[in-house]
Amino acid sequence: MLDDFLTRAAFAATGLSLATGPLGSFVVWRRMAYFGDATAHAAILGVALALATDLPIGLGTLVVALAMAVTVASLAAKGWAMDTTLGVLAHSALAFGLVAVSFFPTVRTDLSSYLFGDILAVSRTDLALIWGGSLLVLALIAWRWQALLTATLNEDLAHAAGIRPDRERLVLVIALALVVAVALKVVGALLIAAMLIIPAAAARSLARTPEAMALGATAIGMVAGIGGLALSLWQDTPAGPSIIVVAAALFALGSLRPRP
Amino acid sequence: MSLLSASHICVRFGAEEVLHDVSLSLAPGEIVTILGPNGSGKSTLLRALLGILPVAQGSVSRAPGLRLGYIPQRLMIDRTMPMTVRRFLSLPARVSDQAAAEALARTGMAGHEADQMTQLSGGQLQRVLLARALLGKPQVLMLDEPTQGLDQPGEAAFYRLIEEVRRDTGAAVLMVSHDLHVVMAASDRVICLNGHICCEGTPRVVSTAPEYRALFGLGTQGALALYRHEHDHDHADEPHNHHHHHHDHTHA
Ligand SMILES: Nc1ncnc2c1ncn2[C@@H]1O[C@H](COP(=O)(O)OP(=O)(O)OP(=O)(O)O)[C@@H](O)[C@H]1O
Ligand SMILES: [Mg+2]
Repeated sequence: MLDDFLTRAAFAATGLSLATGPLGSFVVWRRMAYFGDATAHAAILGVALALATDLPIGLGTLVVALAMAVTVASLAAKGWAMDTTLGVLAHSALAFGLVAVSFFPTVRTDLSSYLFGDILAVSRTDLALIWGGSLLVLALIAWRWQALLTATLNEDLAHAAGIRPDRERLVLVIALALVVAVALKVVGALLIAAMLIIPAAAARSLARTPEAMALGATAIGMVAGIGGLALSLWQDTPAGPSIIVVAAALFALGSLRPRP
Repeated sequence: MSLLSASHICVRFGAEEVLHDVSLSLAPGEIVTILGPNGSGKSTLLRALLGILPVAQGSVSRAPGLRLGYIPQRLMIDRTMPMTVRRFLSLPARVSDQAAAEALARTGMAGHEADQMTQLSGGQLQRVLLARALLGKPQVLMLDEPTQGLDQPGEAAFYRLIEEVRRDTGAAVLMVSHDLHVVMAASDRVICLNGHICCEGTPRVVSTAPEYRALFGLGTQGALALYRHEHDHDHADEPHNHHHHHHDHTHA
């Protein structure tokens, strides 16, 4: 069944949504959109690192994304002006990454696959990594769910209940780095943050509880994945951006409804 | 035996020292109220006792496994997070529907399970926060201006409920309040805070302390007079006393 490239692509998109639905909801609730951008953009730098050191691309991306996410999280904990700092980090990570990969002629030719993903070229191994990584993120978030929600709602309430908000934040940071590493192949560095935020934002108007929003975001992500592939096939458009286009359309549809 | 104590703590924000050399200890079943002007460090003290803020000097100790119920002075829930009252009551420990309904009924919010947290009025939010705090079966309740936004009957009911919880569960209560009259009637011990502890003791002792008068000025004479008035009747004439309590709550 997985012999067909289109089937593999569809499985890649649905697998990724398992992680981006719940994680994206936290990104929305905690207003971490720029944080997601900074981490995702660092992935390009990870590609350069992997090529320079002969590491697998996924591992290089994971290491650099994790380093970026931890840096950002510790700056935030020190009370830096986050909007500006994140803007600086997000854009310079991208620029440094683009300059760094330009030293590798092989990448220069298919740079766009790192920026916008290459979901139609997903191999069986890629698929295993995407599902493995996504399930790991899902398990991590499910395990910490109650504590994560409480810490997200209000850090003081969490503290009083014996929860350590800084630890819960670290859980999200690790989850984010993992998602960036597995999503690079699917939607590319530029659109990972979109894949996190747009389905969750679309689910907001339909949901009355955090659980409903996370499930809704997952479902919308899956529909956008399949719908985007169909659009790409039908109109011969690039697959990654087409997925985001469908997600954005679903968001627009959802916001026409009054909030429950 | 103390559930919670602070010994000579100092709390700083950057270079500014907001609390100096504060010591206090809370025993089971005690109702202690912290009074003080705006910016005097009341909320900071509660947050330091909860371990939210680090202390620069001194130490805070909590009984091992202490169950705390906390109502912060302000709770801002981001509008992007959908959250019903029922779901909120199950954070972080899940509670049964029946327990949730009982807690809401106790705080005058029966039947509001399906309401969104962000759409509650100020007073309704305080009631839900109290319901959640009670669901954790706390040994210590820490309440930061818990009656803000409550209407008069709500406020009277609130203090009755606190008294009831103390009686039924033996919980200690540490609260911040600005309602001088009620504080004087409802607390076992009062602490006047202004960066440091100015004076503390039973309401009667504190209300006659010169430090208290210096902090709260002449405007408190009325409250004081009312308090003495009530308590003079306390021993002499029970029915009258009851009448005066009622009077106090409706016109305070
Ligand atoms: N997070 C913070 N960063 C810097 N300074 C702070 C912070 N929180 C409080 N402060 C300062 O500490 C002092 C005490 O604040 P706190 O909130 O404890 O006062 P309060 O007694 O609770 O006042 P109120 O009656 O208005 O609630 C104030 O001067 C305030 O500016
Ligand atoms: Mg305060």
